[in-house]
Amino acid sequence: MDSYTTKIRELSANLLKDEKVDFIIGFKQGTIPMAASPHIAKTSEQAEQFIWDNNCRINLANYLTSRKEKIGIIAKGCDCRNIVTHIIENKIKREQLHIIGVPCNGMIDKIKVSSLFDEEITGYSETDEVITIKTLSDEKNINKTEVLKSNCMTCTHRNPVIYDELVADLVEEQQIEDQFSDVRLIEEMTADEKWNHFDNLLKNCIRCYACRNACPLCYCPTCFVDESGPQWVGKGQDPTDIRTFHYLRAYHCAGRCTDCGACVEACPMDINVRDFTRKLNKDSLEIYGWEAGLTLEQRPPLDTFTPDDPNDFIK
Amino acid sequence: MGIEKERLHFSWISSAEATKFVDVVKEVTQIVETVGPNNKLVKKISA
Ligand code: SF4
Ligand code: SF4
Repeated sequence: MDSYTTKIRELSANLLKDEKVDFIIGFKQGTIPMAASPHIAKTSEQAEQFIWDNNCRINLANYLTSRKEKIGIIAKGCDCRNIVTHIIENKIKREQLHIIGVPCNGMIDKIKVSSLFDEEITGYSETDEVITIKTLSDEKNINKTEVLKSNCMTCTHRNPVIYDELVADLVEEQQIEDQFSDVRLIEEMTADEKWNHFDNLLKNCIRCYACRNACPLCYCPTCFVDESGPQWVGKGQDPTDIRTFHYLRAYHCAGRCTDCGACVEACPMDINVRDFTRKLNKDSLEIYGWEAGLTLEQRPPLDTFTPDDPNDFIK
Repeated sequence: MGIEKERLHFSWISSAEATKFVDVVKEVTQIVETVGPNNKLVKKISA
């Protein structure tokens, strides 16, 4: 993605030189292979550090919450959808932002890649379709499509929804026949099977809250899990408290989650946190025809009321 | 998420609808009894 990197640096340097923004949020090379870190550039020299590759997985909209400055942001499809959500939830103003949109071809799953090797990965490089992974004794080329992140495989909004400039031409959107087959598998389980599924999913959760911290939707000044008067949830490792945290966090994301996968990316225990939010995304789409973050013109279904809202579940 | 659907019920009942309230509570109780005591999402606190 060298052409993306060059263009991002060029557009960013111009924005900063012309003083159109106070700073720009993007990615720079991480300190280990297959990692990109968030980077804030205030000068055109700092903008030279910006990169774009298949590892720009986290969601940069997370850094916009309640900022007062004029901000440039490098944003792929899902970041843009969370920017839209931030704007309609009054967490930032459209006029404060200069959005450099990145048409995205999907990011790679670092867990899928590392599971293909016994040794530690020591080097990473990429061309458009192929990634090259080095370990101490091995070097392998892998097709990018084989190791895409699961949310990128079902993504139908790779292009930025709102933007001021683009780093490249828009890409073709994927046509996905069955976007929610994973959710359906869980829906078909019996109550006990579901219980065991989620028990298993969460058995390694250490409650570090990295998933919450990485999620652009989780911006409450005091999260319910951190509240001490009243204390809504126990602080320890009791499975009931772990579940309560995940259930409630998921529900707070209902009708808002863009399936960006930042929560999964942040989890140090490789837990597929999206198993919780995916069901809510499916329901939002099926019940209200709603996908989060696609438009500034419409209020989300859960903060409006219409007389024909479905209510067959009420007796 | 693994809680039996028999345990979850929604109803609109105004404060003037005493008989509806009674009917709904009876029905809910009957349905919940069919799945027995809940052991899920129960925190055991040792004394
Ligand atoms: S990031 Fe992972 S381990 Fe940490 S609280 Fe979230 S699910 Fe649990
Ligand atoms: S819950 Fe996860 S997938 Fe959904 S918006 Fe938050 S970080 Fe992204």
